[in-house]
Amino acid sequence: MGPERPRVRARDMMTQLSIKVNGRLRKAQVEPRTLLVHFLREQLNLTGTHVGCDTSQCGACTVLVDGRSAKSCTMFAVQVDGSDVTTIEGLAKDGQLHPLQNGFWEEHGLQCGYCTPGMIMAGVNLLGENPNPNEREIREGLSGNFCRCTGYQHIVNAVQNAAGRR
Amino acid sequence: MPATPVLPKLVGQRVKRREDPRLIQGRGTYVDDLKIVGMQHMAFKRSDIAHGRIQSIDVSAAQAMEGVEAVFTGKQIAEFVAPMPIGTPFPSPDHRALATDVVRYAGEPVALVVASDRYIARDAADAIVVSYDPLPVVVDPELAMTGKPTVIHEKFANNLAVPLVPSGTGCTPDGSVRDDTAVDRAFAQAELVITQRMVNQRLVPNAMEPRGVVAHYEQGKDYLTIWSSTQNPHILRSMIAGMLGMGEHQVRAVAPEVGGGFGAKINIYGEEYVAAAVSKRLGMPVKWIEDRAEAFVATTHGRDIIGYVELAAKRDGTVLGLKMRLIADIGAYNMLLTAAIPTLTMLMASATYDIPAIRTTLTEVFTNKTPTDAYRGAGRPEATYFVERAMDMLARELNMDPADVRRKNFIKADKFPFQTQMGAVYDSGDYAKALDAALLHSKWDELKKERDAAKAQGRLVGLGLSMYVEVCGIGPSATLPTGGWEHANITVERDGRITATTGASPHGQGNETTFAQMVADQFGVAFDDVTVLHGDTAVVKQGIGTFGSRSQAVGGTALHMASTKVKKKMAAFAASLLEASEDDLVFENGTIGVKGSPAASLKFQAVAAFAYIPVPLPRGLDEPGLSADAYFEPPNNTYPFGCHISMLEIDRETGEPTLLKLVAVDDAGHLINPLIVEGQIHGGLAQGIGQAMIEEAVFNEDGQLVTGSFMDYALPRATDFPHFELHSTVTPTPVNPLGAKGVGEAGTLGSTPSIVSAAVDALSGFGVKHIDMMLRPEKLWRIIHGQAPRQSSGQGPRPGSGQGGVA
Amino acid sequence: MIPTAFDYQRATSIDDALAKLQAASGGKLIAGGHSLVPLMKLRLSEPAVLIDVARIPGLSGIKEKDGKIEIGAATTHREVAASALLKQVCPVIADTAIEIGDPQVRNRGTLGGSLAHADPAADYPAVMLAVDAEIHIKGPQGWRKVKANDFFQGLFTVDLAPNEIIAGVQFTPIKSAAYAKLHQRASHFAIVGVAAAVDVKGGVFQSARIGLTGAGTHAVRLTAVEQALAGKPATKATIASASEAAAVDEVNSDIHASDDYRRAMIKVFTRRALEGALARA
Repeated sequence: MGPERPRVRARDMMTQLSIKVNGRLRKAQVEPRTLLVHFLREQLNLTGTHVGCDTSQCGACTVLVDGRSAKSCTMFAVQVDGSDVTTIEGLAKDGQLHPLQNGFWEEHGLQCGYCTPGMIMAGVNLLGENPNPNEREIREGLSGNFCRCTGYQHIVNAVQNAAGRR
Repeated sequence: MPATPVLPKLVGQRVKRREDPRLIQGRGTYVDDLKIVGMQHMAFKRSDIAHGRIQSIDVSAAQAMEGVEAVFTGKQIAEFVAPMPIGTPFPSPDHRALATDVVRYAGEPVALVVASDRYIARDAADAIVVSYDPLPVVVDPELAMTGKPTVIHEKFANNLAVPLVPSGTGCTPDGSVRDDTAVDRAFAQAELVITQRMVNQRLVPNAMEPRGVVAHYEQGKDYLTIWSSTQNPHILRSMIAGMLGMGEHQVRAVAPEVGGGFGAKINIYGEEYVAAAVSKRLGMPVKWIEDRAEAFVATTHGRDIIGYVELAAKRDGTVLGLKMRLIADIGAYNMLLTAAIPTLTMLMASATYDIPAIRTTLTEVFTNKTPTDAYRGAGRPEATYFVERAMDMLARELNMDPADVRRKNFIKADKFPFQTQMGAVYDSGDYAKALDAALLHSKWDELKKERDAAKAQGRLVGLGLSMYVEVCGIGPSATLPTGGWEHANITVERDGRITATTGASPHGQGNETTFAQMVADQFGVAFDDVTVLHGDTAVVKQGIGTFGSRSQAVGGTALHMASTKVKKKMAAFAASLLEASEDDLVFENGTIGVKGSPAASLKFQAVAAFAYIPVPLPRGLDEPGLSADAYFEPPNNTYPFGCHISMLEIDRETGEPTLLKLVAVDDAGHLINPLIVEGQIHGGLAQGIGQAMIEEAVFNEDGQLVTGSFMDYALPRATDFPHFELHSTVTPTPVNPLGAKGVGEAGTLGSTPSIVSAAVDALSGFGVKHIDMMLRPEKLWRIIHGQAPRQSSGQGPRPGSGQGGVA
Repeated sequence: MIPTAFDYQRATSIDDALAKLQAASGGKLIAGGHSLVPLMKLRLSEPAVLIDVARIPGLSGIKEKDGKIEIGAATTHREVAASALLKQVCPVIADTAIEIGDPQVRNRGTLGGSLAHADPAADYPAVMLAVDAEIHIKGPQGWRKVKANDFFQGLFTVDLAPNEIIAGVQFTPIKSAAYAKLHQRASHFAIVGVAAAVDVKGGVFQSARIGLTGAGTHAVRLTAVEQALAGKPATKATIASASEAAAVDEVNSDIHASDDYRRAMIKVFTRRALEGALARA
């Protein structure tokens, strides 16, 4: 189980970091091994980003890093020192929901809501690259996000709604 | 004069969900979002072997770590946590929250750590060293039931949790009397008998939110609050109170936002008991959050029933009799409802058919695997699968259209309520109508031509059709250890808004919306003026919970009843103010007025206000206020039904199956919100398709769950499904005044057998009559290329299986 | 879920990364982290120090230089998949990159990381073999180049010392190449993945290079097939016949694919990759 070497004492390795999160500069001290998702949830109290697995498949933890989607469970907070992170909490602007948030609401694109923040952030990434995706492209664009409740059909509708096609 | 706004009728409308605004903004509070000052984190050390005697547990390294508050072994926990109760009446071995002497499945907890943060808790749990004396492992239930190679629980000879229960024709309900005459005669008279062993394989529920609990015992008040990702906070409260020796009044249980349940969050788990007990013992709040690897082994699994099915018929397709010998692999222990689930398979053995002679028998077997319990459908997908596959085999044998064989045997529409040979009383049904709708909407004849044309081109395309009837709206109190009613309170507040509380505990079902639709319509008020509260035993005084597709049928009816009581009282107040007769009053558009007299009406709020300061108290009324409780005890379960049709193509070279089309006709009676119903059906279809095509919990001979992560257990993705085509028929139920049957699980019933039948159809040219799930590409390839089945050796590195990353 | 503790440093240049690697004991490089971090979360890897190379200027990028394509080690899969240059001159590379993981993984995972990690079912190794890529490596002793065929040696074993860094890959672009993959249905890794590049002149296969991943401990060239094609007419019939020679001595076996199924699939996907390559010739 890993090479033999003296265990690093976690507390000795605290690192400073400075990350812009949802447009606000946040400074903190973290153990390097702190996963970005835990940093967001526990130190910044942004609990909208969720943990759904431990093998980087499910996508519930998806956020935007420098404008592109990423699984925050598969990154250390220290890796995004100096970067721009957007979480679900940062999508709505001045009280106006993002078109994807509206789309999910209109089309019943969520049931339990646990996969939803990650799914919406993946949708932001998808529409950012392809503003007018067809159904197959939507399904592929969301292939990194699991949902156990919806069977995905209303999620596809939600993305189409946001793309202005429903 | 400004026109009174016309409020639209909401029941039956596709109303957007009230739950969504908070969830789409990441503002829902799930259990891991909760923080209490002083909260500690729990982590478990779990067994990595499937069967063994614990020789020693060394916790010294863990105890010495900075930030560790306490470490407990299973024996220490057993000093203050009794064996866990179950809800089924069969004899059951003791089951401790943490193993004390023997571990019986890989993942069973043996020790726990309480520490100041989850990272330290994990480090400390990993530092606990446990040594075991391995015992033989058994994962094959048919071997286990011979008592070989090991007996898992001393007092249960041959690992029989339930030795043999017969049911059906010639049996008393408790199975103590059994007369096979009629069944034997049916089989003797048969012109042909379809015989097949079928496996309804084990699945891992995998709700997207793993389990979790926060327990907070307040010493000063001698009061415990427990938040848990559960489907039933009231049951949780009762069980925790019982376990801790506290009164129900001293425990508050809260289901915060719950990220999916699917039946796997009904059980009250060891982790919940232990969190509560440890919090009480240490006087500190504790949190435990399951990680996904734990969820795979520590949360109950679904299905895992073998069926030996025999169908006796005449050559014209008439079914004379059915025999089903069921062997349920329930894993290492009984959980809350484990033993009950396979009994539902027996209960629904008649499916949609008027079968005059049915014999089912059930044996439940312990093995060294994670225990099973309810999983979406809970016993009914298994029944549907066994019977529909047999019907399909019958059709194929007789060269009859699968639809015609079904139709010939239906319980006729004028025969309801219909008591089957299994004792189930089907409330209402029109199976031919659902079948016809499916044939129509799928364009069945054209589909057959399309399939034939594809086959002529050498493509392996198949069609499958399955009926289903489901039992849900669970149910009469005789059938549930907790009671089967549901409770509601309706209170019209002083300001005219309505607060509804329900014992239903939604985790995605949208009851905050659907119940508000119902109540708003009933009182003639705006949707936004109705609030639905749930999930907190301090707010909702009584309840049972959400499972068995009962929220609408049972919970909704309770709400309807409570609303009726309050409405009647409110009408009395209004009648006195209007000097009219109560019978002449209508509640609409936010007013209460005399039918046909627009001037004789009052604002709803005005009547509400008066009800709280009723001076004078109207004659006939004893008390001010507008609040009433109701408990709805359902006289029966409800029986939704439908027909699912699938078209499947199999790649000749690789064996990969692709689902081309799925048409679903579902009848759940009256629908409150068709948009939400569609979502429930889509979700059920997804899980039904998953079972047929890509999901399977696989254990190796050592009792290790080989499919222990999403690297090896395929959870369906968006790319796995075609566009589902949904249609409905409406056959209301007489069981409740809403005519609503329940629909949450129905999607899992018809989809699965229709897909397997489609695969058999696609491969019919190779002489195959049945294929066990899941439809692994290799399995299908072997059929196509005439290669004998192989046992996978599991040798060699497992690429992309957790020993690699995802780069 | 939770890795063991480590120290974190950011490298500002390749030489800085090498110096930090030398200084640390038990140090590992991290770029996208999408091979390494999952292993660390399972506690199958416990480096004492992580040296982040993701932002080293010049370490990422795709360019054409003297008729060859160079891809920097820190280039993400997304960048490779989206590259207009690659789609034009060597589409098989872009086709392979888009098979990796999912959109989020592709936004972070890097070519260098994938090659260094060399998961036996990873996609890139097959196509690097097919384009006969050269992997450029720097260590304390300076620069060296390794052909892909010599780079992948065994299970998670490559010709890269713990104190070295991959700077990038270089290859001659080829249009007539394709990648065909049989997906494991859970992880979407390759049960079998074949990349084929063919050189067709005058209706004849002048040469071919075929890389296979997923079947064994590491990606390998299918030289028997390459030989069976050389000099033969460039037709589907030739491909079908030559693909029968697609085989390796030792084949993986697991619940997703037993060894004889996998052996059969090697042939099927060799044929499919070759047909795809021929169609682009």
